[in-house]
Amino acid sequence: MNIAFLLNGESVELAEVSPTETLLDWLREKRGLTGTKEGCNEGDCGACTVMVTDADGTRALNACILFLPQLHGKAVRTVEGLSGPDGALHPVQQALVEFHGSQCGFCTPGFAVSMATAHLNGDTGHKDALAGNLCRCTGYAPILRAARAAEDRSVPDWLSADRDFRNPEIADSRSPTCHAPETADDLARLYAEDPQATLVAGATDVGLWVTKQLRELDRVIFLNRCADLQRIEETDSGYRIGAGVTMDRVHALMKPLCPSYAEMIRRYGSTQVRGAATIGGNIANGSPIGDNPPALIAAGATLHLRHGDTRRDLPLEDFFLDYGKQDRAPGEFVEAVTLPKALDSLRVYKLSKRFDQDISAVCGAFNLTVTDGIVTAARIAFGGLAGIPKRATHVEAALTGQPWTEATLEATAPAWAQDFTPMSDMRASADYRLTAAQNMLRRALAEDMGHATSVLEVSP
Amino acid sequence: MSVTKPLPHDAAPLHVTGKARYVDDIPAPANCLHLAFGLSPIASGRLTALDLDAVRAAPGVVGVWAFDDLPSECDCSPSLHDEPLLSDGTLHYQGQPVFLVAAESHLAARRAVARAKIETEADRPILTIEEALAADSRFEEGPRIWARGDVEAAITGAPHVIEGRIEMGGQEHFYLEGQAALVFPQEDGDMLVHSSTQHPTEIQHKVADALGLSMHNVRVETRRMGGGFGGKESQGNALAVACAVVADATGRPAKMRYDRDDDMVITGKRHDFRIDYRVGVDGDGVVQGIEFLQYTRCGWSQDLSLPVADRAMLHADNAYFLPAVRIESHRLRTNICSATAYRGFGGPQGMVGIERVMDHVAHVLGRDPLAVRRANYYDRMEGGAAPRSAEPSPPGGISGEKKPRTVTPYGQTVEDFILHEMTEALESSCDYAARRAAQAEWNAANPVLKKGIALTPVKFGISFTLTHLNQAGALVHVYQDGSIAMNHGGTEMGQGLFQKVAQVAASAFGVPQEVVRITATDTAKVPNTSATAASSGSDLNGAAVKIACETIRARMAEHMAQLHQCRPEDVSFTDGRVRAGAQEMSFAEAAAFCYAGRVSLSATGFYKTPKLSWDRMKGEGRPFFYFAHGAACTEVVIDTLTGEYRMLRSDILHDAGASLNPAIDIGQVEGGFIQGAGWLTTEELVWDSQGRLRTHAPSTYKVPACSDAPDVFNVALWQGRNREETVYRSKAVGEPPFMLGISALMALSDAVAACGPGYPALDAPATPERVLAAIARVQG
Repeated sequence: MNIAFLLNGESVELAEVSPTETLLDWLREKRGLTGTKEGCNEGDCGACTVMVTDADGTRALNACILFLPQLHGKAVRTVEGLSGPDGALHPVQQALVEFHGSQCGFCTPGFAVSMATAHLNGDTGHKDALAGNLCRCTGYAPILRAARAAEDRSVPDWLSADRDFRNPEIADSRSPTCHAPETADDLARLYAEDPQATLVAGATDVGLWVTKQLRELDRVIFLNRCADLQRIEETDSGYRIGAGVTMDRVHALMKPLCPSYAEMIRRYGSTQVRGAATIGGNIANGSPIGDNPPALIAAGATLHLRHGDTRRDLPLEDFFLDYGKQDRAPGEFVEAVTLPKALDSLRVYKLSKRFDQDISAVCGAFNLTVTDGIVTAARIAFGGLAGIPKRATHVEAALTGQPWTEATLEATAPAWAQDFTPMSDMRASADYRLTAAQNMLRRALAEDMGHATSVLEVSP
Repeated sequence: MSVTKPLPHDAAPLHVTGKARYVDDIPAPANCLHLAFGLSPIASGRLTALDLDAVRAAPGVVGVWAFDDLPSECDCSPSLHDEPLLSDGTLHYQGQPVFLVAAESHLAARRAVARAKIETEADRPILTIEEALAADSRFEEGPRIWARGDVEAAITGAPHVIEGRIEMGGQEHFYLEGQAALVFPQEDGDMLVHSSTQHPTEIQHKVADALGLSMHNVRVETRRMGGGFGGKESQGNALAVACAVVADATGRPAKMRYDRDDDMVITGKRHDFRIDYRVGVDGDGVVQGIEFLQYTRCGWSQDLSLPVADRAMLHADNAYFLPAVRIESHRLRTNICSATAYRGFGGPQGMVGIERVMDHVAHVLGRDPLAVRRANYYDRMEGGAAPRSAEPSPPGGISGEKKPRTVTPYGQTVEDFILHEMTEALESSCDYAARRAAQAEWNAANPVLKKGIALTPVKFGISFTLTHLNQAGALVHVYQDGSIAMNHGGTEMGQGLFQKVAQVAASAFGVPQEVVRITATDTAKVPNTSATAASSGSDLNGAAVKIACETIRARMAEHMAQLHQCRPEDVSFTDGRVRAGAQEMSFAEAAAFCYAGRVSLSATGFYKTPKLSWDRMKGEGRPFFYFAHGAACTEVVIDTLTGEYRMLRSDILHDAGASLNPAIDIGQVEGGFIQGAGWLTTEELVWDSQGRLRTHAPSTYKVPACSDAPDVFNVALWQGRNREETVYRSKAVGEPPFMLGISALMALSDAVAACGPGYPALDAPATPERVLAAIARVQG
């Protein structure tokens, strides 16, 4: 595949790139740009963070799980490109020096790039912006001091070239083994013709197949150029979210509609992951611990699948058949998901060892309608309690028609074991999963009774 | 003077621009080979067949080595000679290197490894403490036991006897830069090794030993590590030896770096511990007698486990006088990766044991844990922080008055105990009493969330307990243009050692720090170095550099004095100027004069720590030159429905003596605290019943992230001087602050205790799951 992009202000054209060569390996091994570091090679530590600008804006992304073809038409800036042409430090770099923000220095380039990206975007939520950058030396305190100190310093003008970059015309970018369709129609045709091809959206999961499982993908179809998969449309019935919409945009959408869903998204992946991961990928992947499906199922979302020119809709919960098995025919793909408009009674709770950038032990979503103290409708779904994201149908039944009280919750106890037989693993034991899931329902009640329930909202 | 200034880390401008070079960034020639290990799939057993044909045939593969292909056993152990580079047929843990691949690229080597056909015969692995005890699988002949006084009588005669157990997990170092080595073969069989190591001399020794060379044939250079924390004290040996074997066999440069998952599976971690305790206390909670049983899983090889377990015993007292005490330590051999050095080196584990005891005692007696802690402190020292003649107080009473409570279980008198003063200062600055009272009200008003607070002290012994390691060398050159090159045996892993030592050198010559060039640690410049470990880096290497600088300065002064008719002691070196009699010139001019006068402007410096004597078999003597202190007060909030929690505020006061660089020292305190809190909260290592590590990547092993630092995080240094004669009266600061993190665990215990009448008995790491279980426990 042939691609072109801007690297630290300079045009780069590459012919016949391997579809699974990562930006990180290419930078370090082919370009000698060793400032970008490999810390984990799976998108968790942020040492490889680069700044990527396209028509949507500027994002911090993990170069270790970013395949070269995903960069076509974009502007990439590495730590080497943060300083000015005369070597002048970027304000965040200067602040990191002044506030002793580096010790061993290995994570520092990634921090500098994440900070410069937030700085460029006027984002002062530093703890969120840096949730995907791990530092083992400093305890983060001096880094946060530096980030705050840089807030008032202006964005250097040498970064402006990135925003003006426009995709150059280059030779046909297709190859027999690697496609990057520009419309959902093209995608539908290509995938129907070659159902064995691997679809790559943000590569936050497929990236690990390559870097960790060392899988060699024969045929790849990149989705990121399908602009029509990246739309969010408000319809009469709800919000239709294209499969290619990245999670940072879903986060922005949810913030006013359902704050607890937005909060779950904020935590489920770092800035770097949310900027790459797509909602379609999180669903189609079929993981039992993906965080969007329980929330979407409880909300009553409809999934839109497409095969060639044939489309079908189904309730999202029906998509997940069994562990690793979904109701998806070969060549069929997730085109969009529609979320109902009424989300004010939806509550989403994510439970993990660490708050930020951690996979859930349990993710619970509760859509309860309480009228005059009686539960009149209940849709409850969990991730992490079964081989698939799954509704708690017995618990729903035990609640419906009952008063919204602690006594009712006690009475649901037998229903939980009917709905779920969770497993024990390195994230949590089966007992803890089930107890915590039940207690999430108690949390919903406690919230309604006006009690403080979130440790994240307590100030010292 | 350059010392005491809060100057930035010398490499900070390189760090922030990505120009700081780590091993994997060193440009390697195109013919460089890249290595990867094939690993044992089982925890215990034997290799029955190893078919590597497909590996050899894989694209890009240049060579494959199994045990029999090696030039020698290629032992990688830092202690017992029990770690062959590759399995000799016996398999000791899942992840043990079994074969070695050299290929044209890192990826090609990793891909080739996956093609191996490894057949094994599995034994039942020894994984748990119980299994190891049942099989008597241990290092040393039996448990090490140190005791003082009639412990049984002291405990049983006390008004209250309290027993309990705490388990604490190990800890993955998670240095951001994984292990790495790069070897360039030289003429006549010599080897140049670049290694990300805390111990270049050990790498030199192991490489020489593997290839049958003398140490003078091997040169090891280490500019910097991307984090070490003890994880690069011995765990880099295998990579350097592997690269040297391949470089020797092929004549090509060889590089090896572990993929993160391999790194976490192969390399050792902090020792996990189980500590059983039984203590007799009076009505105020003052310990009358105490007994500890310490059990630790050392993993498959001895590595550094004996001194680690010793140090856990040596910190079983922390800041508290234990009049009658018995400590029994079991060092168990198990089929997991070999536990190794990690910041604190057993000290944190021993300290968690006694802090748990204090917490438990306070709960049983219904007293404020801080009051119980204080009641057990070593005696207040008159002028404790000020230097004075070192006459240890006699252990017994002089005039029949109250016996001084100053002697540690191992017989060293605590001469510099300043925790009374520090605790008072912190208690006041963090408003402990008022916040504790406010918290009780808050908890009464909140049914779901509960707050907890704890103030805990740290007293940490400074010196290697293997006395001969307490030595360091330095090499300093003054060039004829007045620039200075400085070298010493210490390594830079981010702790700011180079910066602090450069400040020492600049102060010695009275020049700005830019004049001093910091160069990579190099076994060809300074030989026979100790690991940069045990917090000793600045004390040892700073002193050695100071001595070297003073030697050169004395020579310069003598020459200048002759030239300008004054006494050498009247020659001054300040502000970049040299003044001799009526003459004044720049330091550069002085250097040129001295060169022209044929004065040697190069010197070595050598330092050894005084006053040490230690018998580890008996557990008696003075293992430590001095103690470093600290205290932390941490407040947390927990969710009683899920066990989730957060640190809200931490206030820390830490003793770095007269700090060489307060900014760098505060960085060690902040970072050490968070790392210590991480160990005791979210960082959980999970091995399954087959002995496979299930948490071998940051996706499953959770070190603290940015938002885990407390919202309010006040860190200050205690204004004092080391009473011992250390370099500019500073104190070691690498490890001690790690143990300030214990305040987080104790604050969680306090919050859980607010949920019911029982004692939380909270184990570590206190994951949300363990917190929820403890809540259920206290509620009965």
